[in-house]
Amino acid sequence: MRDALAVGLLSGAVAVYLALVGVVEQLHGRLVLAEPVRLSLGQVALFLAGLVGAMAVARRAAAGSPAAAVLAGALAGVSAGAVLSMLVLAGPALNVRAMFVNASPPLFDLITLGRGPGGVPAILALWGALGAAAGAAARLPAGARRPLAWGAAAVLLLSIFQELAQLILQAGERTAVVADLLFTSDSPTPGAAAVVFVATVALNALWRARGEGFRRRTETIPPAARRVLRMAGPALAVVAALLLPAVGGAFISQVLVIVGLYTLMGLGLNLEVGFAGLLDLGFVAFFAIGAYTVGLLTSVGSLGIAQMSFWAALPVAVIVALVAGVVLGIPVLGIRGDYLAIATLGFGEIVRLLVLSDFLRPWLGGSQGLLDIPKPVFGGVELVGPEHLFYVTLAFSALVAYVAWRLQDSRLGRVWMAIREDEDVAEALGVDLVSAKLLAYGLGAAFAGVGGAIFAVMLGSVFPHSFQLLISINVLALIIVGGLGSLPGVIVGALALVGLPELLREFGEFRFLVYGALLVVMMLLRPEGLWPAAEQRRELREHVEATEPALEAAAAPPTAGEPTGG
Amino acid sequence: MEWDVLIAIFPSVVVDGLVLGFVYAMIALGYTMVYGVLQMINFAHSEIFVTGAFVGAEILLIMQAGGTLGALHPLALLAVIVLVAMLVSAVLAVAVERIAYRPLRGAPRLIPLISAIGVSFFLQDAIRLVESLWRNAFYLTYPVVEFFDLRIAIAGDIDVPIKSILVVVASLLMLVVLTLFVNRTRLGTAIRAVAEDQAAAGLMGINVGRMISLTFLIGGAMGGAAGALFGVQFGTINPYTGFIPGIKAFTAAVLGGIGNVPGAMVGGLVLGMLETLAASYMSLLTGGAFGAEYKDIFAFSVLILILMFRPRGLLGEVVREKL
Repeated sequence: MRDALAVGLLSGAVAVYLALVGVVEQLHGRLVLAEPVRLSLGQVALFLAGLVGAMAVARRAAAGSPAAAVLAGALAGVSAGAVLSMLVLAGPALNVRAMFVNASPPLFDLITLGRGPGGVPAILALWGALGAAAGAAARLPAGARRPLAWGAAAVLLLSIFQELAQLILQAGERTAVVADLLFTSDSPTPGAAAVVFVATVALNALWRARGEGFRRRTETIPPAARRVLRMAGPALAVVAALLLPAVGGAFISQVLVIVGLYTLMGLGLNLEVGFAGLLDLGFVAFFAIGAYTVGLLTSVGSLGIAQMSFWAALPVAVIVALVAGVVLGIPVLGIRGDYLAIATLGFGEIVRLLVLSDFLRPWLGGSQGLLDIPKPVFGGVELVGPEHLFYVTLAFSALVAYVAWRLQDSRLGRVWMAIREDEDVAEALGVDLVSAKLLAYGLGAAFAGVGGAIFAVMLGSVFPHSFQLLISINVLALIIVGGLGSLPGVIVGALALVGLPELLREFGEFRFLVYGALLVVMMLLRPEGLWPAAEQRRELREHVEATEPALEAAAAPPTAGEPTGG
Repeated sequence: MEWDVLIAIFPSVVVDGLVLGFVYAMIALGYTMVYGVLQMINFAHSEIFVTGAFVGAEILLIMQAGGTLGALHPLALLAVIVLVAMLVSAVLAVAVERIAYRPLRGAPRLIPLISAIGVSFFLQDAIRLVESLWRNAFYLTYPVVEFFDLRIAIAGDIDVPIKSILVVVASLLMLVVLTLFVNRTRLGTAIRAVAEDQAAAGLMGINVGRMISLTFLIGGAMGGAAGALFGVQFGTINPYTGFIPGIKAFTAAVLGGIGNVPGAMVGGLVLGMLETLAASYMSLLTGGAFGAEYKDIFAFSVLILILMFRPRGLLGEVVREKL
């Protein structure tokens, strides 16, 4: 019981903290439900702070009877409510507002559900009931608890993304009907919330009950049919991808073009990091080189030198990027591991600073950049909007992915993997380290160059500011989140890491907060990536199962060694 | 005539270089110690540093709002902000290790690297979020404490602000204490043992996990102190301030030989000095062709050259012990 009290006070304090720093009020603008009760996301955040505490307490009291769990939950809830009540009672009297700008009357109203200081008993009762419910929920069997939690999460997601969903759905005439069914102007409709909740619960429960059987049954399908089935997924994905811009409109197309550009860069970096094990943090330099080459060659502005068409400039950009990759690869040939990451990071920054410098301003425009880059023309049609550029990006991503896929199992691909596994052994077996590494740098850079070229025409201008280190880091993160060395993983990773912050624009300033937290959680829960390559998965499994990870880590010497070549 | 200018500004350039160098050195310690025990680049360390800078600013701003800024002696004021910043940053660094790095012990090395990048994003925007909700602005300026800006003569008619002297003295003090701690105490020996060989240290009865936490604690404290001193010296901070000093400090750690405590200090001082000299003299020496904005290019070029030709760093071979 003392536990319950302590946890309750703690979660109450968390709730007060959330309220005082303004998170709750910020979220209050978004309604989860307007009817039958008016419930905002801010209130949900407050309740969640209390619920999580009550849940934890009830779990810990699991040894006792169900009644004890409910009681513990209720006690935790009441004590959390008491802390909040204290804020409401003491707030106006002590003039907390002088210190915490957010401790405003609307905040107190929100906590007391509009009842003022007289609402304190009601708060205590409500929080006690919530705590008791959480306690009871904690004692439910997992088969019932999980679907319910998923259902609640689905309703929350529906309300968090309502603005975005409305934006997308209202774009089309037919989809607008769906939007009206799902949302009122400021919240999901009660019907929609109920349907989403019930459907999620039902699907989840069904999957829980039947999932294993379903999986077993697919294994009995004859191989030929299974192959067809396996092709059906990708085929559907391709069709969906082709239709997306038409359905999704300009916003979605724009996001997808950016996803495509990151896919191109990810495929390139994957050659270096995933295949050859060369950790490169200056990768954005090659993206920049591709963009600037196209900019210089095609711009009709004062700095343009050739006024070429995009299609003529593109191969030049690829070759320039490739040469740059090889040239920058030469000095770092002998550098390994983390040192390589830092050296390449230095190169990336040097390239950006040079482009920005006064020294090159007469040619590259300094911080003003290159302007007036015309849109590409294809078959007499000027590819203006993101809907058009999406197809360009898709086509080149497909081409580059095909090249990467063919490289993976080629002689060169195997040489790269040998270097990744052990550079010294590979060299002893007759691998030419210099040419293999330079090819990895060059080809990876060429892929990024394609992306840069499209980026230049997408914006119609090129600025040094677009090529921050953050891009290199994002690309590295996306290939690891997707699954290092895995080609489908690159696409999945690009979708997740680029699409996600775009979707999270809803959170405004919370955006990179959520993004960063998700990166950490991802590494903790699924380090092998969303779509891992086969051997990567095996390695990580072994690591998990290894009895003495510390011993292993100690046995592996730091990779920073003496230079072996170059 | 130009030579006269060069010589005339030299003493104050040296002081500026020392200030920057000591700040780099203190941040570099966090990188180098963590690298020593975990062989991992702690990408979130620049945010630990920034947290210290924000803690310092908040204390001063709150005192200013309360009208108590003049009540304390400026030296006591400096001590308070540095100590509190150290405390907060140290606790934060230990928490980050617990939550985001410890569960990944034994995973391939890229995994904790990405986790650290995630933490870095998270902390940047967490600071920004809290500050913009709390003050409605996330660019903070340190309140003016007149004493810090008083100028004292150091040579002839050259004078420098007191705060520069204070930053140098305070960092020097902390670096000396840290060196003594690492080399003369049992705990310091234990940390060095863990850096040398985790498994063997564990077999000798050293609590490896706790020593790693302690490493983060010390590195975080140093980073926090550097943050507060940085704020006092340079005035304006924002949640993204840490990036460039962080990269430079890592460069300094590599320059001195990563994993090597005296190396980080030497590396920081050398880099700070080189950078300041480059910023002050490059334009004069090249007849205006290359100005101060090339100092970062210069710093990164030094980094790449060191990595190419002397990857063990300046002190990497002289001092064999690792940490």
